[in-house]
Formats: sequence, C-alpha cells, structure tokens
Amino acid sequence: MKTLAREEPKITKKLIRDHGLTDGERQKIIKLLGREPTFTELGIFSVMWSEHCSYKSSKIHLRKFPTKNEIVVQGPGENAGAIDIGDGLAAVFKIESHNHPSFIEPYQGAATGVGGILRDIFTMGARPVALLNSLRFGPLQPTKNRFLFEGVISGIADYGNCMGVPTVGGEIYFSECYNFNPLVNAFCLGILKKDAIFKGNASGIGNSVIYVGSKTGRDGIHGVTMASEEFDDSSEAKRPNVQVGDPFTEKLLLEACLEAMKKGLIVGIQDMGGAGLTSSSSEMAGRAGTGIEIDTSLVPAREEGMIPYEIMLSESQERMLIVAEKDKEREIFNTFKKWDLDAIKIGKVTGDGRLRIKYGKKIFAEIPVEALTEEAPVYERPIQRPKAQDEINFLDINQISIPDNLNDALIKLLSSPTIANKAWVYEQYDHMVRTNTILIPGSDAAVIRIKDTTKALAITTDCNSRYCYLDPYKGGVIAVAEAARNLVCTGAKPLAITDCLNFGNPEKPEIMWQFEQSVQGISDACRALNTPVISGNVSFYNDTKGMSIYPTPVIGMVGIILSAEQCITQYFKDEGDIIILLGSNKEEIGGSEYLKVIHDIERGNPPEIDLNLEVRIHRTLLDAHKIGLIKSAHDCSEGGFAVTLSECCISNKERKIGAVIDLNENMRTDALLFGETQSRIMITASPAKIDGLKNVLEGYKIPYTLIGKVGGERLIINNNSSRLIDISIDNLNGAWRDSIRIMMNKT
Amino acid sequence: MMKFGILVFPGSNCDHDCYHVIKHVLNCEAEFVWHKEKELKGFDVIIIPGGFSYGDYLRTGAIAKFSPVMKAVKKFAGKGGLIIGICNGFQILLEAGLLPGAMLRNRSLKFICKDIYIRIENANTPFTNKCTDKKVLRMPIAHAEGSYFADPATLSSLNKNQQVIFRYSDKSGNITDSANPNGSAENIGGICNKEGNILGMMPHPERCAEAILGNEDGKLIFKSIINFGKGVVR
Repeated sequence: MKTLAREEPKITKKLIRDHGLTDGERQKIIKLLGREPTFTELGIFSVMWSEHCSYKSSKIHLRKFPTKNEIVVQGPGENAGAIDIGDGLAAVFKIESHNHPSFIEPYQGAATGVGGILRDIFTMGARPVALLNSLRFGPLQPTKNRFLFEGVISGIADYGNCMGVPTVGGEIYFSECYNFNPLVNAFCLGILKKDAIFKGNASGIGNSVIYVGSKTGRDGIHGVTMASEEFDDSSEAKRPNVQVGDPFTEKLLLEACLEAMKKGLIVGIQDMGGAGLTSSSSEMAGRAGTGIEIDTSLVPAREEGMIPYEIMLSESQERMLIVAEKDKEREIFNTFKKWDLDAIKIGKVTGDGRLRIKYGKKIFAEIPVEALTEEAPVYERPIQRPKAQDEINFLDINQISIPDNLNDALIKLLSSPTIANKAWVYEQYDHMVRTNTILIPGSDAAVIRIKDTTKALAITTDCNSRYCYLDPYKGGVIAVAEAARNLVCTGAKPLAITDCLNFGNPEKPEIMWQFEQSVQGISDACRALNTPVISGNVSFYNDTKGMSIYPTPVIGMVGIILSAEQCITQYFKDEGDIIILLGSNKEEIGGSEYLKVIHDIERGNPPEIDLNLEVRIHRTLLDAHKIGLIKSAHDCSEGGFAVTLSECCISNKERKIGAVIDLNENMRTDALLFGETQSRIMITASPAKIDGLKNVLEGYKIPYTLIGKVGGERLIINNNSSRLIDISIDNLNGAWRDSIRIMMNKT
Repeated sequence: MMKFGILVFPGSNCDHDCYHVIKHVLNCEAEFVWHKEKELKGFDVIIIPGGFSYGDYLRTGAIAKFSPVMKAVKKFAGKGGLIIGICNGFQILLEAGLLPGAMLRNRSLKFICKDIYIRIENANTPFTNKCTDKKVLRMPIAHAEGSYFADPATLSSLNKNQQVIFRYSDKSGNITDSANPNGSAENIGGICNKEGNILGMMPHPERCAEAILGNEDGKLIFKSIINFGKGVVR
C-alpha cells in the first residue's frame, strides 16, 4: 500500500490566516464540520471559498443581470452559457480573466488563460471555433510594459495557433492605470448541436470518476488564492504559482473529449481549471446533489511525494474530470489511449453528499459538498461613492485650448497605440484556420460563417474603462451599447453577452461602489437591447501597491447575420458614394481619448447615452441593409468623428480612398472632430440608392446628416466653409498603420 | 473521380479545412487517414495538411516523420502518386527527405498570419497547370518557421530542374526582398521533387478557395490537381 511522503502540518491560527481565511470564516468551517479542519480540508476550503471560486463579494450584485430570454439555452452557472442560433445549433461562449498570472509571467499566464477558456467551451461538447481577447497594458514607453505586451501576445498566439482555433478579434487599450496590473481576458466561442450539450454533473451513484489529460504537478497550487489578493513587491516571488501550458496536449484532449462525447460515453464532465481537482469534483457533485470519493494515490503525478493537499490544489493544465457509467470505462480508456492520453479511474460517485479524499485507505478530507458550494460565504460589502468623484467629474472646457493645428492632432491620435492599427498583434495570431473568418481582426467585430448553414456570427469585446472610472454606471451602459453597435455595423443582430468584470479590491467601499454601479449599468443596457448575460467571470483585487485599475467591465457580445454573404465592412468602397452620419454630433469631450492624448487630461463626464435612440439606430441600419442600401458602416468611438472617417479611408490595405466632408455645426472644432458622442455610425450608400435610404431613415425618425462624398486621395473636413482637416491618405495611413510595430521594434 | 487522402497527425489543424474544400467545394472524394495507418490504398492524391504535428516540439515535422503512415507515403510517392504538403505538411516532407532543404524560423522570429502574393514559376506541373507562368496569386500564410533554406548547390539544381514552383512576390509579380514575408532563400514559397509528383508549399490554398472568404485563388491549385487526374490512368 502507498504511504505518504510526509506528515501534514498542525492547524494553527497563522496557518489559517496564510490560507486567506478570516476568523469568521474559520468559525464557519468549524461549525459546518463540527471540528477543526484537517490540513487537506483547510486547503480545500481556502480555494473553494476564495473570491475567485465563490464570488462571495459579487454574488448579490450579479443577481441583477437579466439572464433569460427565448434564445437562452444555458445561462450562468455552468462551464459556459449557450444560446440557440437556429438550424438545430447552439453557440456556447464565455470570457474569463487571467490577469494576475499574466503580470507575474506574461507568456505562460496568457497562454494558460487561453487554454482554460478553450476547455470551458469544449467541456460543454462544443467545438471551439473562435477566440478573442480583451487586453489592457500600461503605455508602451517603459521597457517593462513592452515586455509584458510582447509576452502576453506571444503566449496567446502560441496557444491558440497550436490548438487550431483562430483568434479572430478583440481589443487592446493602453493606460497608466494598468502599469502594474495588465488585464488579460480571453473569450472563446464554440458551436454544437442544441440537444447535445454536456454539463458538469456527477450524477448516478456508483458511476466512475475518471481523470484524463496531463499528469498532476505542483504547479499552480493556490493560483486562485493568489488571484484573490492584492499585489505587492513580493508578488514576483509567486512565479511558481503560475501554471505552464502545453497546447499540444490540450489539442489531443479536445479531440479525445469530443470523440468520447460523440460516442455517448460520458455522463458529466468538467475542466480542472482554477482550484483544479477540488473545484471540479465538488462542483460536479454539488450540481447533481451527490457525493464524490477520490483516492488521490491513483491520480497520475508528475513528481514524487505529492501529498493529497497538493494533488487536490494543483492547477496543472490540460486536465479534465469525467463521470461515466461503469460499463463505458473500457471504451473511454481506449478513446483516450488513441490520442496518447492518460485516462484513469480515481474514484466514484456516492450518495452521501460528501467530498471524501483518500490516499490509499486513509481518509484526509471529508466535507459535506454543500459546505463548499452552497454554504460558501456571501458578503454584502459596504459601498461608498468616492469622495474624489465630484472632483474628477469637474471639467472647465474653457480652460482647454483648441490645438492650432488640427491636422497634427489627428495624426497624433491615429498613431497613439489605443487607436492605431493592431496588425502587429493579430498577424501573430492564426486568425484564418478553420476557414470561417469572413471579417478579419481590425473590423468593428469579427465575423465567422457557420458551415452547413447560410448564417454567420459576429463577435466583439468592448469596454472603455476611462468612462467607467469617471462614471461607472454610464460606463457599463456604454460598454454594452457600443458592443451592440459594433455588431450592428457588420450587419448582425445582437443576441447575448458574456462579461468579465475586472475591478480593484472589493473590501474597499469605493471599489464596491464602482462594481455595483457598473453592474447596474450593464443590466439596464442588456434589458434595453434584449441581450441577456449568459456567462461571465469576476476578477477582483486588481490592485498593486494599493493602486487600483480603472473599473473595467469587459463585454463580449455575440450577434447573428442570417445571410453570411451580406456582412458589412467598415471601409469606404467607391468614388462618389455618399457619406451619411447616423446620430448627431454634440459638444462632448469629457473622458475622450483626445483629452488624454493631446492634453493629458482624464476627467469630466463621459458622453451621454440614450438607450432608446441607440436601439432605434440599430434597427434602422439593419433594416436599411436588408434591402441593400448600405455599402459600408463604421462605429464612431475612441477618437471621434475624424478618427472614424480616417479609418474608413485607410483600413482596407488593398484599396485606400479619400473623402471630402462639409459640415455646418456650431461647436468647438475639437469637440466636433474628436468628441466621443455615442450612438453615431458612419455609413455610405451609392448615389443611386440615396433616396431609398433617406426614406428608411425618415421612417424611423432618427437623426442623420449627409456629410460628404467618397473620393480623391485626401481626407478633407470643412465646417461652415472653413477647412479643419486636410491630410493625404498616405499620411493618415503612415501614422496609423505601423505605429505599434515601430514602438515594439525599439529595444 | 479523384480520391484524396488527408493525413491526420496528433496536432494536425488544417485537416478539416482541406477536407471541406475537397469534399464540399470541389465535390471530390475525401477521406481522413490516421497517422498510425500502414497502408495507403485507393487514393490518387495525399494531402499532408497544416498544423502543429506533435506540437512541433523538437523541430517542425521532426517527430511526424516517424509516424507509421510516412513509410506508406514514401511508397506511394515512389509509385508516382501525387502528394501535396501544405505548411506543416511541407515541413514534414522536408524532414522526411521527400523534398530537399530545410525550414528556419521566420526572420522576424514571430508567427505571421496574413495574405501574401506568390508568383507561379512553373505552370507545367500537376499542381499548377490551371495557371500560367508568372501568374500572381494572393494566398494567406500562417507559420513561425517558413524561411526556406538550402545550400547553393541544392538551390541551383532546384532552379535548373524548374523545381521552384512559387516565389513570394509583390502584387505585380516582382520578386523583391520586401515581398519576402519570412526571409526564404530566393523568395521560395513552394518546391517540388525532381519527378514532379510531390509539392511542398507554405501558403494555404485551402484557406482561399471560396468566394465567401473573399478569395478563390487557392482553388486553382486543387483544380490543377483534378485536371491532371483526368488525364491519368490509375
């Protein structure tokens, strides 16, 4: 019989504190168990009750989200959410953070973030078909930030590329608030037959519990605990807490799992992600109302002498837990063997509602499953609007000088990394494998066709965290509204969202206020747009040395295009096409990229948003497009009107084209050119169709203006007959296209 | 009708894409062939698809060449069967010694995925007969190790025997350094063996064979193969 390599340490108050548990939480554990926990039990409680796993600070707020409508097949609570997309198919998707590991070790942190989200999707039985990511870094001037940026991008690239899942889009912002806390949020979408969704259920007493995939090592122990505390100077010492990814093994795991599912061999399945074997086993038993017994001496180990505590807490990557009927065991083993993977029975489903962890015959932990899942602490943390909020919202626009040379200001904005072309990034991602990519990265949204149907899905991620910092409620609303607008610009009808809520330390009342406000904003916007929240993730403690990031609730939104050929592109097409602005220009420069880049000011109020108008504009555009009136559409966002027009002129590398714009607006020229008023879309139509288009726009009673024509080799913007902008297309292109590449080639 | 066999190694990624184009776009017969198969029976063409066989650990294609199916591939080649290796498939053909030369990392030391242009250097092959000499095609590349390398003697014999099938060029067909995406010797993007029945190419024709994807240039490669097949007696 196997014996343990070493004894478990004694439980002391210090040991409990070191596990991130409070005195109150310790008391609760003693009450639930009727005794002090063993060392293994302490480890299990500490990870299951961590913020990352238990959502203890966020739970009461997340209940505000609308999570249901007629197309939702699976809402929050499973490995990922799912929606009905017709033709008997469902789209499964989720976004998840991997911020803390990516700061400590950018390459592996980002790579394993991609690995984790992929497993969440194929665990549901879906083949992953698209990856996106939402990234935030500090400015690129400091070497350290370039190192983080470069490492994260290659980590994402190497993992996704090797898996053969295209990375089709995403977003990247640069801001000082992410200097010591970059954000890496990975999104994945998969497709499967609607009636073939697999769940993480350990049902059927007596069924076998089978471990598949990589062997278990000591890597990643307490990864979720690390993700549930602030960072300080000692954080780099936590590098061993970061897992190491092996995309090749994951690719095998993907193929083997899908094959075993197709053969009907699996009752329930869950990925061993954060908190590894502990969370997968207890969550599966929790959902089914059963118990699980595991003999840790049977778990394939990468190193000798691992004790149950380490085996249960390891976050080694590329592992899955499967529950299967006894008579299917053999066939499961054979399926995984075909793919050269370990598959080993390590335990069984029981009827006693307990998680029992043994090593050989000796029991190391015996915990009621409910104590880990249902009974996990829930906190209603204090909320306080920051005292400085009024101060940062104050902006005296008269103190801000309008630049003498607006051409220079536009060039500067186009070359600033947040706005500049991201080809340096996405050309490192295989964005075409699986041959579904209709719109490549750099568009308002990614568009992938769904093979064997006429349809396509449009996908985007979005969040302007500066807006959220200035007004977390409005920032939340705008994040959803803009994501929807991005989809509509490709011709897609928005369907549902997933969210990744990145915030600071929830024990600070000001942070909880930001959180509560953002969640309210997202909820209201999702109700107005009929896009329920079907999955998501909360990442708190994004603080380093007491400095919090801007609140960054990232929205991942999915929409549908019924006829894949009819997807709209953002760039101008032909000489003579008429340019129309949907929505109206207002004098709003608070919180704009212009204020930040040109004046180094981050204050004021973010632009207003009227959800009712937003929805009407979306409907108008989609209806006009349905009858073939639209040739291009581009969302007006960071950098405003002038940046949007520039992108329409230059974003098609093969065919750049100019435009002449004549406006009659009475407002500050900088606000007109660079303000970020919401609910605006730049579209074009051929002259022959302009009357038809006008009829549709009048019918919907939305504000619009015919502002100019496509053509020539310059972008010219006149207002009330005075020339504001006059730049050659080559100069616009030069500023925008290679700016990040040039910064990254500096050593 | 021609029958295509598509090899599947652990880590192959473009196997499904090739299958889709052969079966659903060109309406030919297609079948996956697991890498542990020891025989290749009833196929007219073998495709070695792109991806990361064995994770590309050690060196691209270095482990795949030991798969049992590669012995059968060699036999198939010896009998004059058509073989096309795309991307990782090209790398495997080089490692297996079925084509001369080797692949180095891209000169940028980064993975590159983007559309590039290639010029047809020899339109008189089973793989290019639907093209004309010097015709320029647009195709995506997606690789980290695509910088073709061969010693001067090999390069000169490739040139002499017209074994260079594609060179990276600009849109107008000029062979320039700035049109060379990865640093390949003499801008080489694809070569064949002396007998002309084995082609290795880095660009992905299967990714640009449908109008919905905005580019059908890749179809010419598959149509050439089918065209060639029509004149061949099995």
